[in-house]
Amino acid sequence: MKQLLVFIKKEFYHVFRDRRTLLILFGLPVVQIVLFGYALTSEVKNIHMLIADNANDINSQQLIAKIQSSDYFVTEKAIAAYTAIESEFKKGSIKCALVLPPHFGDDLLHTGKAQVQIIADASDPNTAKTLIAYLTAIIGNYQQQLNVNNAPGYQIIPETRMLYNEEGNGSLNFVPGVIALIFMIVCTTLTSVSVVKEKEMGTMEILLVSPFKPIMVLVSKAVPYLVLSLLNLVLVLALSVFLLKVEIRGNIILLMLESTLFIVTCLSLGLLISNNTSSQQAAMLMSMMGMMLPTLLFTGFLFPLENMPKPLQVIANIVPARWYYLIVKAVMLKGLGFRYVWKETLILLGMTALLLTIALKKFKIRLS
Amino acid sequence: MKVLLFILQKEFRQIFRDKTILVMMLAVPTIQLIIMPLAANFDVKSVNIVFTDHDHSTYSQKLISKIGASGYFKMISVEASYKEALAFIEKNKADIILEIPAGFERNLVREGRQQLNVSIDAINGTKATIGGSYLQSIIADFNNNIDVNTKTVPGTAPVIDITSSNWFNIRAEYKFYMVPGILVLLLTMIGGFLTALNIVREKEIGTIEQINVTPIKKWQFILGKMIPFWVVGMIVFTIGLIIAFVVYGIVPKGSLLVLYPFAGCYLIAVLGFGLLISTYSNTQVQAMFIAFFFIMIFILMSGLFTSTDSMPYWARIMSNLTPVTHFIKVVRMIVLKGSGFADVKTELLYIALFAVGLNGWAIWNYRKTN
Repeated sequence: MKQLLVFIKKEFYHVFRDRRTLLILFGLPVVQIVLFGYALTSEVKNIHMLIADNANDINSQQLIAKIQSSDYFVTEKAIAAYTAIESEFKKGSIKCALVLPPHFGDDLLHTGKAQVQIIADASDPNTAKTLIAYLTAIIGNYQQQLNVNNAPGYQIIPETRMLYNEEGNGSLNFVPGVIALIFMIVCTTLTSVSVVKEKEMGTMEILLVSPFKPIMVLVSKAVPYLVLSLLNLVLVLALSVFLLKVEIRGNIILLMLESTLFIVTCLSLGLLISNNTSSQQAAMLMSMMGMMLPTLLFTGFLFPLENMPKPLQVIANIVPARWYYLIVKAVMLKGLGFRYVWKETLILLGMTALLLTIALKKFKIRLS
Repeated sequence: MKVLLFILQKEFRQIFRDKTILVMMLAVPTIQLIIMPLAANFDVKSVNIVFTDHDHSTYSQKLISKIGASGYFKMISVEASYKEALAFIEKNKADIILEIPAGFERNLVREGRQQLNVSIDAINGTKATIGGSYLQSIIADFNNNIDVNTKTVPGTAPVIDITSSNWFNIRAEYKFYMVPGILVLLLTMIGGFLTALNIVREKEIGTIEQINVTPIKKWQFILGKMIPFWVVGMIVFTIGLIIAFVVYGIVPKGSLLVLYPFAGCYLIAVLGFGLLISTYSNTQVQAMFIAFFFIMIFILMSGLFTSTDSMPYWARIMSNLTPVTHFIKVVRMIVLKGSGFADVKTELLYIALFAVGLNGWAIWNYRKTN
């Protein structure tokens, strides 16, 4: 036991010696939280648009004023031909255009029907869709205003409630994702590199011939990263609560326990990688390239999983972070209890057991 | 000049000797470019909806079937109470609950006004916004329809007919937007990571001291490191364009003669960035982590996944200060919209400035005596 403590102390020295890496370990979550919280939003705002007002009558001006008063759009008015609109699109200075026909107001009042055209730059399809929806809503609103003047129509007013996120806090979705990502880096990459480094430097042989049990070498390697990860978790949670105002609705102890389970899963993965590689570069490329992208993509925090083709959805199931993400979302954001996440917990437990068994089986006491 | 040729020979040999690195450089981007756009799909195709209908009237049925027929929503179930419907959201089986209150039809006919309760799982912002606005426009449409059906004097209400067209990407496919962006991302990672690792490796092994004592000049050494990776980068870029054509059927609408000079200039900037990192780090782990840190920020700020227009002012400035932003913008403009040189010349200026700035800084910071 005393031996183990000495070894763990040695590993901590190693970790603390490399200040720059340590700085990045704690800097990365901070920067990511700030960026996700303040800079990145999936909302659509400040969209530059061109309004080709070929009518220039009272009705068209009323409609334009209505569009201008919403903060989604920054409008620019011009009587423009299609070629001019196209060149504006090509310059990238506008994202959509609204074309009002000549005699817009006349048509509307006398024939009761007028046509307008929305042209959206669909090279960015999601923004285009949202823009069209916004503009359609604004125009529909204007139309209803006209209706009110004529005859009272029926009105169904949808009262919308945003569940779990009343203020529309855009960073909510990202917090669990960032946590999962950080664990993947800290646990998997650093653990694998730290074991392989001993191999590369030749110090592994010294460790193996010592009376210390080889398995304990691995345990002492894993402990510092477990501690670092838990510290990181506390940091990320504190940042999201105090900076991003994300409320932790569920039981924090349950959240901590589930996180520890996921950390152990990542550590086992790191050990497994270190058993199969012999150079730091290979270990790094494997855990960075091999693990990072799947974690980013298949966790479901950036892109909805159900949109992916079936084979990729199957692959997503073997990524541990995907299950952890579901757990955090349920416990932290929705405030649900263990009864809702036992299935995911069981899957993570199974994965950990499997990875750890393979890692320990493959751990060689002799170097080639 | 002759010295430079020798160094180049050495570097190319080292690259071709290490088969794993070669595979990492060529095969990995290829696979990623094929898989990632399939996975990176923001397209909100179907929003899962649960109804609770307390009214059971003709109108409520009409509204439900109208929503079901719109194609945007997948009807999961009709539940008797809000609580049962909420269970679907808790289990991630549904995204939206539409609750039709009792007396919906009666109030609508008598008073002309009626409220509906819509509850949206707002954890996923994109889905919530898009699903919510779909639902709103369907309900607005429903309003207009009952007007037509029951109005005593039909046809007096003015109607604005809206036609919308999607330019440059008629079917509004998300992968067209993603492929050029991901190509830029891969180019950045290859350029940034590999140069950074390569020079630090010489430091770690100690061979850099041997080079330092030779009469090789600073610029010769740096050019010798950069040219091979520049060539590799251009090859990867070409392979990427071919994959975009073969797998996704994307043909650049603009001229390749505009695209390639941009790519060349951008690669110089990225290589300079890798070089800069290598001058500041002592071990490969450090170099990798510093590179990872910055590339992560670059990716998030570049507008690859989220639009830069919606960012707050300070973030837009930051976004403008990252080279990736400009190149992604340019590649998307040229490939998808067919923009010409005149449309993108300011961006070229930006990228050129980055190239000069980053390389200058790196060369200034690289000292032969250490």
